[in-house]
Amino acid sequence: MSAMREMLNRWRSFFRKPERDRELDAEIAGHLELAVEENMRRGMAAGEARRQALIRFGGVAQARERQREARGLPWPDELLQDLRYTVRTLRRDRGFALIAVFILALGIGANITVFSVVHTILLRPLPFHDPERLVRILSKAAGGGESSMTYSADATEAFQRRNRSFASVTGYYAFSSSDNLKLMGRGQPLPVTGVMVAGNFFATLGVKPLLGRLFLPADCVHGSRPAALLSHGFWKRQFAADPGIVGRPVDFNGIAVTVIGVLPESFDFGSVFSPGAKADLFWPVIFDDIRDEGNAVALVGRLKPGVSLAQAQAEADLLFPGLPFALKHPNWSGDYTGRLLGLKDYVSGKWRRSLLVLWCAVGLILLIVCVNLSNLLLARTAARGKEFAMRRALGARRRRLVRQLLTESLVLSGAGAMLGLGLAFAAAAYLAHQGAIALPLLSSVRIDGAALLWTLLVAGIAAVLFGLAPGLKVSSSDLQEALKDGAGHGASAGRRHERMRSALTVAEIALACMLLVGAGLLLRSFLRLLDVDLGFQPSHAATVRVDYDDGGDAAKRMAIWQEILRRVEAIPGIETAGISDNLPMSRNRSWPISAKGKEYRKGELQATFVYIISPGYLHAIGMRLIQGRDLLWSDGPKAAKVVIVNQTVARRLWPGEDPIGRIARVSGSDAQVIGVVADVRESSVEGDPGWQMYLPAAQWGAEGAQLVVRTRLPPETMASRVMNELRQMNPAQPATEFRPVQQLVDHVLSPRRFFVLLVSLFAALGLILASLGIYGVISYSVTQQTQAIGIRMALGATQARVRLAVIAQTLRLALAGIAVGALASLGVATLIASLLFATPATDPPTFLAMFLVLGAVALLAGYLPARRASRIDPMIALRSE
Amino acid sequence: MSPEKLDLLQGTLDLMVLKTLAAMGSLHGYGIARRIEQVSGDELLLNQGTIYASLVRLQQRGWISAEWGLSENNRKAKFYSITRSGRKQLVEDTAYWNRLSRVMGRMLASAPEGER
Repeated sequence: MSAMREMLNRWRSFFRKPERDRELDAEIAGHLELAVEENMRRGMAAGEARRQALIRFGGVAQARERQREARGLPWPDELLQDLRYTVRTLRRDRGFALIAVFILALGIGANITVFSVVHTILLRPLPFHDPERLVRILSKAAGGGESSMTYSADATEAFQRRNRSFASVTGYYAFSSSDNLKLMGRGQPLPVTGVMVAGNFFATLGVKPLLGRLFLPADCVHGSRPAALLSHGFWKRQFAADPGIVGRPVDFNGIAVTVIGVLPESFDFGSVFSPGAKADLFWPVIFDDIRDEGNAVALVGRLKPGVSLAQAQAEADLLFPGLPFALKHPNWSGDYTGRLLGLKDYVSGKWRRSLLVLWCAVGLILLIVCVNLSNLLLARTAARGKEFAMRRALGARRRRLVRQLLTESLVLSGAGAMLGLGLAFAAAAYLAHQGAIALPLLSSVRIDGAALLWTLLVAGIAAVLFGLAPGLKVSSSDLQEALKDGAGHGASAGRRHERMRSALTVAEIALACMLLVGAGLLLRSFLRLLDVDLGFQPSHAATVRVDYDDGGDAAKRMAIWQEILRRVEAIPGIETAGISDNLPMSRNRSWPISAKGKEYRKGELQATFVYIISPGYLHAIGMRLIQGRDLLWSDGPKAAKVVIVNQTVARRLWPGEDPIGRIARVSGSDAQVIGVVADVRESSVEGDPGWQMYLPAAQWGAEGAQLVVRTRLPPETMASRVMNELRQMNPAQPATEFRPVQQLVDHVLSPRRFFVLLVSLFAALGLILASLGIYGVISYSVTQQTQAIGIRMALGATQARVRLAVIAQTLRLALAGIAVGALASLGVATLIASLLFATPATDPPTFLAMFLVLGAVALLAGYLPARRASRIDPMIALRSE
Repeated sequence: MSPEKLDLLQGTLDLMVLKTLAAMGSLHGYGIARRIEQVSGDELLLNQGTIYASLVRLQQRGWISAEWGLSENNRKAKFYSITRSGRKQLVEDTAYWNRLSRVMGRMLASAPEGER
């Protein structure tokens, strides 16, 4: 009851502050007069009576402050005061405020950006309906690329019928290459990427069309009218977001395809299923048309409610071995296995560790920022010692001063967070448009509600972290001591103060050391990767997708290819040219190969990457023929079948024998081995090369054609001339991208480059902040010791001696920091060991180099104050007090 | 008796004010402060100013009321008097305080006296 009334009254007083203050002042004035009169009655003189009255009263300002606290709402009241005061002090100390806000903005901005990347890729659910139930089905076999992760049309249909775990099973055609279609009837043919998906693909994912409808079963049977769904981006780009496009036919490759709908903006096929690739439109995969293609469908399923992944896996283990490869050939086995992986895990699982490392790195940055600010604030607090003592004398309590300091840090970190948020917005927008980075979901990175919450959290934690030390400092200082004129605080307090700042600096150096060593190891790994022998020469080579119409006739195809190559090679600056249907580091497919007449145990053979090529391709891409010969135009459709294998295949199939002239079984036919080439890193730079074989396009059906040219001049300069030549031969040649082969490699390396770049950036930032910290501490201590140094110089110390002393002080800090940091770095190194390539986690050169860098920077940061110390004029220093 | 004056325990000043007003009727701040000093026989370290926080607190809880009047020297002053709920509170607090001091007395009497 009384508590409620009190609260009510406190509110009332809060809003009637001026009135209540006037009343109180009148009351106190009356009180003092009464006291003075009484004292005078006792015989004191007027002055003495007043003095005694004031003494007994015990501080008018303090009494007023206490009464206000007791009657009003201290919290909002004081918050307003504190804020006003903070803005005033910070404005007075503009340089400090600017530096602090800037440093904080960098630290917080980096944190928000990395958080939004981590959140997008790792934490946020996929942009599908009930995404936790979506599962990707992969093969358990290693190697073989896409082909071994896909299933035949018959196997897919059998699994759809037989399983009991999935509400629905769907898939997409895994071998839709980029720019596989031409949009006609709008000037120059435009290359377009179409992806074939099973009819129930979107329904299974739970994607609803923005306009129109999804595929119906009637769209997915042989002979049905061609239908397509447009991606949102393609619709906006090519059709100016015209809603009238739905229901209209559009000419792709000379075929009228009806647009039945437009997909929502939130659906980005590439970012989930093939990072870094684009998909412009989707059309239904007609299973009857791909029954003879072997494994081609990548499977995705939606679990029934209540079915766990483990239960579904158990069922898959039973079902997959029995799935038919092709119903037409009941005795061919698909050797299927099924490994069920949550779709989210499939998409982002392999980036988890890298992203967490990135997250930790940016967290370290924030720590360094906090330590740095803590240090700056400590120095400021020391300088403001008298101000605080004055405020306490005027009635502010200790708690209140600490709160004032925390308000200051909150205002600083709030301003830093605002600016950081701006930086993060820019960074997120930049990252979302980095199509070249092969990270999943990167295009949907943005600053969302979660990121804003994170900002609040980070800013709050930072404010408490860096505001704490100065707060403690103030609350423990001695009023009497501080109010005295002169030094401001005693020598012992000064030493304690310096020890605290030194400890903070050591911590800062140690943190920077961890970052540097981590970044150094990752950087070294990256450099090692750039040195890897890829098995081909990406430099001075370029590639373009060529378009032609051979009507499915091998002889005609070879004639066209030969003509293309002849004319392209005639262009000045082109050294040589060749054609392959697949290139390394991009789309891949695999077929079986074995030595004829040998029996193999299960698992002894491996799915083998297949490249269907023209003569001269090996030379054009820069591969090395180890043994035997290249293909010739005479290895034609009617000639005996031939194959070129890589060293791995040769070693595995014909161990210790000469493979040249041997007969291999390639996908069911006999072919003579005519050559052996050096292994090519076909899917990644890090991984070991798989089994590879090269077949003549005259004897096998090629899936498209990638022209590869080796140039004498920089490849980009050749683009227009090559494209002109191609267009002269085939006016329907679409304006596909003429791109350096190096781009393929860069694309594969892009995630790692992204991580290394960011971590190095953070390490550099950490180094700069740490050096600032060192500079601040040493510089401050030189200022503090000005007199002592002056005395020593007056007593004969040379400039060099003084300089040396200061530098030694710096070195002590740096060494302590590096020692602590080295231990912590070992922990960091083992944590990131799995991200390293050809670099041991305890790589001594990296550690040593980073220590040296850190030491050198520390010395530099200490040298400047040391130079200042050595230039102290003893006369001036001694006279200054 | 130690030469130092006694520090006021948290909350004791409120009780003293209530008791003073109950015993003396209506009083202004200075009167209350003087009365407490006299009763305590100058053993208390009381900054007279602190009494105003206590007064406003008691007033806002409804235990004392205040009105402006004329002091003995004919100046405007705020006079405080205890309310009915203030008297009830005084009874409760007095009982509580007595119990506490009895317990404290027993505690300290039974403890071994290492100090002397």
